[in-house]
Parts: sequence; C-alpha cells; structure tokens
Amino acid sequence: MHCAEPGCLAACPAPGAIVQYTNGIVDFVADNCIGCGYCIRGCPFNIPRVSQAEGKAHKCTLCSDRVAVGQGPACQKACPTQAIVFGTKDEMMAHADGRIKDLKSRGFAAAGLYNPGGGAGGGGTGGGSNIGGTHVMYVLHHADKPEIYSGLAANPSISGIIGVWKGATKYVGLAALGAALVVAFFHHVVRGPNRVSREDEEKARRLVEGRA
Amino acid sequence: MASQNEPTTVDRYTAAARLNHWVTAISLVLLAISGLAMFHPSLFFLTALFGGGEITRQIHPWIGVILFFSFLGLFFRFWRLNLWKAEDGTWLGRLGDVLAARDDKLPEVVKYNAGQKLVFWGMTLLILVLITSGLVMWDTYFYGYTTIPQKRVAVLIHSGAAIVAILIWIVHVYAAIWVRGTVRAMTRGSVTGGWAWRYHRKWLREEIAKGEAHPSRGR
Repeated sequence: MHCAEPGCLAACPAPGAIVQYTNGIVDFVADNCIGCGYCIRGCPFNIPRVSQAEGKAHKCTLCSDRVAVGQGPACQKACPTQAIVFGTKDEMMAHADGRIKDLKSRGFAAAGLYNPGGGAGGGGTGGGSNIGGTHVMYVLHHADKPEIYSGLAANPSISGIIGVWKGATKYVGLAALGAALVVAFFHHVVRGPNRVSREDEEKARRLVEGRA
Repeated sequence: MASQNEPTTVDRYTAAARLNHWVTAISLVLLAISGLAMFHPSLFFLTALFGGGEITRQIHPWIGVILFFSFLGLFFRFWRLNLWKAEDGTWLGRLGDVLAARDDKLPEVVKYNAGQKLVFWGMTLLILVLITSGLVMWDTYFYGYTTIPQKRVAVLIHSGAAIVAILIWIVHVYAAIWVRGTVRAMTRGSVTGGWAWRYHRKWLREEIAKGEAHPSRGR
C-alpha cells in the first residue's frame, strides 16, 4: 500500500532491504533482504510474503523500476478502462475528489477516499490509523465499509506489539546490556578481584587432612 | 605428604560436564551475537561474522536447537544441586557482603550459592521461553502453524527473554572472572581447597566426607 509510515520498514532488521523513496514508493530490495519475515509481522495490511523458493520477501513495488524512468506502473498501463490512475499524491487526491463528488451526486452518500491515517480525504476510514496515509488509494462507493472490498482493513494500524518490540525493547534492552557491562567493569575496578587467601588454603588443607 | 606450597584440590566438574558446559556456552555466545545482529539495524554488521544476513538468519535457529539440547543435558546434571535451601535466603539477603567480597560473613553453602541457583533456574526458564517463541518465529518450517498476530507476540517475547538471558550471562561470566580461581573448575575440572573453603564450605565438607578432596597433586 506504500504507507507514509510503513510497518514493514519499522520491523525490518536489514539495512537497505526495505527502502522508502521520496516519491512515496516503499520497495523491497531482494539483494539486502535476509528473509526473516519481520515485515510480515510489521505490516498492518497483511501484504508481504517470503518466497519459499528463494527466501526473500516480496510485495507490490508500484513498479518502481518503471516509475524511475517516467512510466506509470504496469497495472495502470494495462487497465483497459483506466480505472487505475497514476500521478502525484496531490493530483490523485484532487482526481479522487471529483470522482467522490460524482458518486455522491448519484446517491452514494458514503462515497469516499481510502487513505487510512492520511487525514483529510473523507470517507471515514482510518481515523485512528498510525500509518500516515497510503500511496495506493481507493475511491470507494461505501467508504464506511472498506471490508466489503476484498477485506480492505477498516482501520489499519501498525500493531502496538511492533511498537514495543522496535521501541522500548530495543532501546531499554540494549541500554540494560550496556549498563550491566559498565557496572561489572567498575565493580571490578573498585573492589578488585575476589581472591582466595593463603589462610583459606591453609584452613582447607587442615580440613582435608583431618586436622581441622 | 605433598609440599606445603601446593594447594589441595577438589574435583568440581567431570570432563563430560565440562564438554557439556562449553557446547552450551559457545552456542549461547553465537546465539547472542547472531540474535543481536537481527535485533537492531545498527548491530546488523555482526552478521558479517556468520557470512552475511541470510546465513545468520538460517543458522541462528539451528544453533538454538543445539543450545536447547545441550542445556537439557546441563539441566539433568545439575537440577538437584540447585534446589533452594534455607541458607540461600540468608546468602541472598547479604548480597552487600557478597559484592564486597566479605565471604566470611556469608552462610556456608553447598556446591552452588543462591546467585548461581538463580542463574540456573533463570536460564532454564528463559531457554524454554526462547525455544518456544523461537519455533513460532522459524518461518522456514513452522510458518503455517501460527497466525500473524501470534507471530508478533512471539518476536516481542523472544527479544525480551533474550535480553534477560544475556543479562544473566553477563552476571555469570563476571562472577566467574571476579572470583579468582573459578574458571579452572570449567577448564581443568578442579578447584583449590581454599577456593572451596572460602566460597562453598558446606560442599567442601561433603566432598571430604566422601573422600573426594585430594592433597595437592599438582593439577
């Protein structure tokens, strides 16, 4: 869905495996992917999957290779009725506004734009979403019921568990490990080694030899 | 009778126990490094030690399996010796004396003191949590057995448990270094009588009663 705040990217441990371009496209770079599947857990849309064949994660790239050379994505190019349009987000939102007004004038009172977390755009979807809007958007006749469109998530949000995992656990955990090492080092510096004394050995000898 | 300069020795670990320990230790260190490498992107460079990110991801769970079975061996070797005793509460209550090396103020303890017992039971519990959550994360073989929300919980539990396990490992290794004369128990298998007298006097008395403490024999 090319979210503004991608959950897959938040979860990914491999630098450069998931890249968010300034044009909004979120792309998976197979060369850097290690196939851990954390992106599957991070995604609020249930989109990425790891290939059983080559162990790399995949999802829609919005044809980033075509977009990079000034072309539209293949789905848009191939669509016979031009139901899919491609452009900047502002242009697409303006285009959607026209479509929504048309739909409403024809009785679809709940028509709206599916752009969860993206604020204005109407449609009543994704009010509490934390993904900041998407770069794949849908004009829906019934924007109040996105589930009826092949199960579009009504309120997609990156799971709070992912937030704790990649937030508190990461920082507090690593800080605790560092602190433990520092404390141990300074304990040794201050206290010095805990040594067995000559008397300890002598007392042990007497005990072993039955003279204690 | 041997020279007065040669300390007495007490056997502490058999060769099999030492081997079991070091297989576990090496596995744990490799797991910690490879796990941390996949935990934080800024630690990802550690994957280079294993031959890259993909190999790190593939090898980590297998090392986990080795650790699980190796630790299982340690568990059955040592669980009885780690049962909680009355003196353990007293020992733990005097942690200040422990850290200040005032060992004469501590109660006499058996083969393991309260700290070592907590390391043992802590690791036992955490390794169970880690292997269970780890299987849920092992998509190569077990992807289909759990839902994505369950997999999310598993990654959180796995990383939290791993952090605590590494903390316990730091305590374990630091104690072995700080208390001089300890490491030889796991390298040569024996400790000096003085070491046993100072830190595990009850155990020393038991060993003497069993005839297991030796006058110096130069090892």
